[in-house]
Formats: sequence, C-alpha cells, structure tokens
Amino acid sequence: MASGFPELWDTRGFSRGLDAAFNGLVATWGETLEALFMPVLRLLGLMEKGLQALPWWLVALALAALAWHAARNWRTVAVVLALTLALGLIGVWDAAMATIALMLMATALSILAGIPIGVLMSRVDRLRVAALPVLDIMQTMPIFVYLIPFVMLFGPGKIPALLATIVFAIPPVIRLTDLGIRQVDPEIVEASRAFGASPGQQLWTVQVPLALPAIMAGVNQTTMMALSMVVIASMIGAGGLGYQVLQGIQRLEVSRGLLAGLGIVFLAIIFDRIAQSYGRRMQKSLKLES
Amino acid sequence: MAGGVKIRVENVSKIFGADPAAALARVWDGMGKTELLEATGHVLGLHEINLDIREGETFVIMGLSGSGKSTLIRHFNRLIEPTAGRILVDGENVLGLGPAALRAFRRHKASMVFQRFALLPHKTVLENVIYGLIIDGAPRQEARDRGMRQIELVGLAGFEGRYPGQLSGGMQQRVGLARALATDAEILLMDEAFSALDPLIRHDMQMQLRDIQSRLHKTIVFITHDLDEALLLGNHIAILKDGRLRQVGTGAGILMAPADDYVARFVRDVNRARTVTCGALAEPGPVFPSPQAASGASGWVIISDGSGGHGLMRAGGGVRNGEAQLEDAVTIEASANVEEAFGALARRDRPLVVMADGRPSGLLAWQSVLRALQRDGGRHPAPERDA
Ligand SMILES: Nc1ncnc2c1ncn2[C@@H]1O[C@H](COP(=O)(O)OP(=O)(O)OP(=O)(O)O)[C@@H](O)[C@H]1O
Ligand SMILES: [Mg+2]
Repeated sequence: MASGFPELWDTRGFSRGLDAAFNGLVATWGETLEALFMPVLRLLGLMEKGLQALPWWLVALALAALAWHAARNWRTVAVVLALTLALGLIGVWDAAMATIALMLMATALSILAGIPIGVLMSRVDRLRVAALPVLDIMQTMPIFVYLIPFVMLFGPGKIPALLATIVFAIPPVIRLTDLGIRQVDPEIVEASRAFGASPGQQLWTVQVPLALPAIMAGVNQTTMMALSMVVIASMIGAGGLGYQVLQGIQRLEVSRGLLAGLGIVFLAIIFDRIAQSYGRRMQKSLKLES
Repeated sequence: MAGGVKIRVENVSKIFGADPAAALARVWDGMGKTELLEATGHVLGLHEINLDIREGETFVIMGLSGSGKSTLIRHFNRLIEPTAGRILVDGENVLGLGPAALRAFRRHKASMVFQRFALLPHKTVLENVIYGLIIDGAPRQEARDRGMRQIELVGLAGFEGRYPGQLSGGMQQRVGLARALATDAEILLMDEAFSALDPLIRHDMQMQLRDIQSRLHKTIVFITHDLDEALLLGNHIAILKDGRLRQVGTGAGILMAPADDYVARFVRDVNRARTVTCGALAEPGPVFPSPQAASGASGWVIISDGSGGHGLMRAGGGVRNGEAQLEDAVTIEASANVEEAFGALARRDRPLVVMADGRPSGLLAWQSVLRALQRDGGRHPAPERDA
C-alpha cells in the first residue's frame, strides 16, 4: 500500500508465531482442559434439563418469590411474574431456561472467583496495579475475540461459551469488591485491630460485611453482563435464546428472530429488576445502621 | 494506690510522611512542627516523649487539637509504630512483640475507647460490646452475659439490639466504653471518651470510672480537653503542645506552678473553687488562749473552750462590761474545696474556722477566697485582658 503505515516490524511473522504457539497449546493441553471442565459441563447440563423439566408455574412462582424477597413490593413481583409468563406465551420457554442455566452458572463461577480476587487486590497494592489494566482490557476487548481461543481449546459448545462469558462478566465483581473493601472506614478497621483481631478476622468481621453493598452492586453488574454475553455466546453452540436468534438470521425467519429477541429482553428486565431491588435494599439497610 | 511503673515511654518520636528518619534528623536540628511541614511535607506527631505511668493510676493527657494526644495513646497498643524510641509495658518492649503476642496483648492487656467511637455499624450494640470477647474465642453465652452487664453499667439496658446508627452520639460513646470494659483489660486507653456526653451522664461516667478505678485498680490513660475533668480524674496530668511534652505533674502542682506561659494559659479557665482547698487559703488565726494573743490578719481571734467548742471574738473589741462577747464560729474542714465554703461565707460577715485534724488551724475570710479565684490565683495583680 502506497500510503500505508511503514512496516516497521514483521507483523505477519508475529501473528504466525502466536498462532503456532496457541496451536501447540491446544494440541498439548486441549484434552486435559476438556477433561478438567467435564464436571462443569455435566452440572450445566443438569441445570438446564432440571429447569426445563420443572413445571412452568413452579419456575414462575420461584422467580416471583425471588422478586418479593428482593423488592418487598407487589409491583415488582407483578412485573416479574407477567414477563415470566410471557416467555411461555411467545413459545421460547425451553430456550429461555437454557439461557438462564448458562447465565446462572457463569454468574456463580464469576462470583466464586471474583470476590477472592477482589479481596486479594484490596490487600496487595502491587496486584491491584497489575490487575486494573487487565480488567480494563477484558471489558473493552470485543467479545468475539474471546470466542476464538476458547473455541480452539474446547471446540464449539457450552464450555467455551461459559468461559468467554466469565471473562467478560467477571471484572465488575472484582473491581467493586476491591473498591468496597478499600472504602471501609479505616478507623473501624483500626478498632477491630485494637481489640486483637487477626487479619482474617478483620476481613470477615469488618471489611467484607461493610463492603457488601459494593460487592452486591458488582454482582448485579456481573449478572447483567453475563446475560448479555450468554446471548452472543450462543453462536458458538451454547444453545438457548441466542441460538434461536442466530437461526432466525440464518433461515431468514423474521418471526423466529423477533420472538427470541423479545425473550432476551424479558429475561433482561426480570433479572435487572431483581438485582436492582437487592442493591437498593442493601444500601438502605446500611444507611440505617451506620 | 499507685504501684510500680506500668507503662514507660522512652524517647518516643513520631513523624508522619515518606521519609520519617530524615525528617526526624531535622527536628533534632531544632526545626519546629510548622517549619517541618512547610520544608519537607512531613508532620511532626511527637518528639522525644518520656513518661512513666504508674500501675493503678489515672494518667491524663491534655493539649490543644492537633498536639499529638491521639497519636501518643495509639503508641501504647502499637496501633502506631514510633519513628524512634521504645514503649515498655510491665517492663516488656511492646515493639518487640510478634504478631500473635501483639494480638494477645490487645485482647487481654490493653483496651481502647476511640475519640470518634469507631463502632461497627453492621453489628448491634451487644455484638459491638462483646466484639473483643468473640474475637478472642470466648463462648457466645458467656460473652453475652458479660456484655449485658457492661451495657447495664453504662446505662444502655434495653438498647442492646439496636444498631449504632440508631443511637445518639453520647449513647454511641457509652457503647464504646462498654466495649472497652468488657475485655477486662488491665489498661484502659481512653481517647476523649466522655467528650460527647451531656453533663449529667458525663458526671455519672466520671464517678463510675473512679469507682472502677478504685475497685479494680486499672491503669487508665485518659485524654480530655476539659481541665476540670483532668483535675477530677487524673493522678497525674501531662500537657502536650505541637508533639512535645510541656509539663507532667499532679493537678495541683500544675495549677500552682505552671512550667511556662502555654501551660499557664491552659489552666487559666479552670474552676479554681473546686480545686483549691480551704486549708490552702486559711490565714493563721490566733487561737486563744495562746502565747501570742495578737489579732490575726482578719481581725478575729478564735476562742477555744478547751472541750472542742469554738467561738470567735473581734480582736481589740468584743469585751463589754468585763465579759467577752463571743460569737458563734462556723467550722469547715481544711480538705474541703473552696466552693463548699461559699454558702457559709455568704451568710455571715465573719470568717470561717478551718479545722485540720480536729483542731482549728486558721481562718478563712471571703476576701482571700475572692483573691484566690482570680485567674492567676491572686499571686499577681489582675492582668490586663489581652486584646
Ligand atoms: N496518619 C497520619 N498521617 C499524617 N499526619 C497525621 C496522622 N495522624 C495524625 N497526624 C498529625 O499528627 C498531629 C497530631 O494529631 P493527633 O490526632 O494526635 O492530635 P490530637 O491531639 O489527638 O488532636 P484532637 O484533640 O483534635 O483529637 C496532627 O498534626 C495530625 O495532622
Ligand atoms: Mg485526638
């Protein structure tokens, strides 16, 4: 290219090297990794089958109960219940259950890994300095980019979808756990130290409880991001609503794509309402207590 | 009451900032707190503090805001590490304790009341009070019982299930006090522990502290801004300014002989009527019959009837028709403070007879009381008010 940027180094060589290295990785570790994630895959399958096997009214009731527990107001419960029933009415119930299963699994694993990482970050300044840019990259990198290496490692399916979702959804819970713990009033931590609390006791009796509203805000965001990613991840064989959208596009069936899309919107609203209500109540109770 | 040395502070200095050692060297070269801050950005917390705090005493630390009181008291349980110097508790260097030993020290030996309460907002009053016990692994039921006793002691019974955010400032402070008392530590570190209390409760708490002190012989380090409180509670008082110790001594010692102008200004506003005793102001009144039957300074003579009764007679007068005109004498103990004499002095135009060890030791006239209540104790003519 005449007007192109001068080629200062050999990007093609670099790319080729990277690809080769990754291929080697896949060849040597692919099977081990797959075996490692087998239990997760089984659990996920079980969850999906379980949710689909449950009577629809039980699922609706459970979501309504969750909404009541979170919001303590009938309007939220009514909205959640109506949208859940609508999922059935527009005929995407089974796909929606598959999406919920994947989303819950991804969220649970993100939280399980994210909170300890956030706690570590709050204690070790150097780790924080190193981790913050990585988290930024994880959140800004187009999500399709994650799909490629994961698909290469595991082949298309639920596991790469799950992992890509986790990578995309985990930053908020890490960030907000770290932030929440750092924001705890140092005088209160000092008081716990003054009464002879060990570092672990300080963490569990003071820092984590006081950081809980922030951590929950992180969990909310992680949940919502997991939901949005799960839809995209369907393209690599995760099934669920996203797959229906994909099929709609491939077969040029506008109705199929539209209904599945509506289902995604309903799910998003349901979980958003529940998560937000939890966050609000958490804020309120801490204000009352502090 | 006072035993051996409980806490010894040796040459302790504390500089806040990035390079405390270098900054400390400049302080040694004579740099003051403000110059140090301007020149290096370091804050002089404490400089060359030496103190002995005796077992079983209440040791009061006073000083203006920012003078380093909280910084000093935090050294005693090593919430702050000094830049230089040592802190010995029962002869043991606190700075030499390993993590586990330090935790044990904080759990059993020294507990603390915080200036800004520092209660755990997510725990109830009871959970706050027993925090130290639970941390130490005490059985829950036993901790609860002990906690409830402390809560009653500070007058918060019925509030044990509330959260700190639901209590007034004074109530929160009492929760902090109960929390510190619950661990039954030998040393109580109290950073302005009574400052948020209303006068009535404050007085109650002061009395309770004195009671606890006399029953349990705790060593108490007490920070206050209130000189009356310091004089009431403190066996010894230390006065800090800009991180340096200005004077250490008994309350009376500091009142009567302030080491410098700063300390003198500090003690200016104290309620002397409560701290000066009648004995200190009594003028020698001749007791009749006595070797020198001259009149006393106040112009009155004490007539003792030899059987424990006393009367007063105006010197040079009081004899009419060959009979002594005796007037009733009102007596007051030499150890009583001057305030207790106000009523009796106001009711009559005669001085009071001051009694020491059951015998009249002098006369207390209202003139000398007024003189003593002047700001500088009447040792100088009243100063001009500074502009
Ligand atoms: N962590 C810190 N970092 C920097 N400077 C500090 C720190 N802690 C205290 N200082 C400084 O040390 C000095 C003494 O503070 P300290 O809190 O001991 O004062 P104090 O006598 O307790 O005042 P008050 O009566 O207002 O409570 C102040 O100038 C303060 O700014
Ligand atoms: Mg202070």
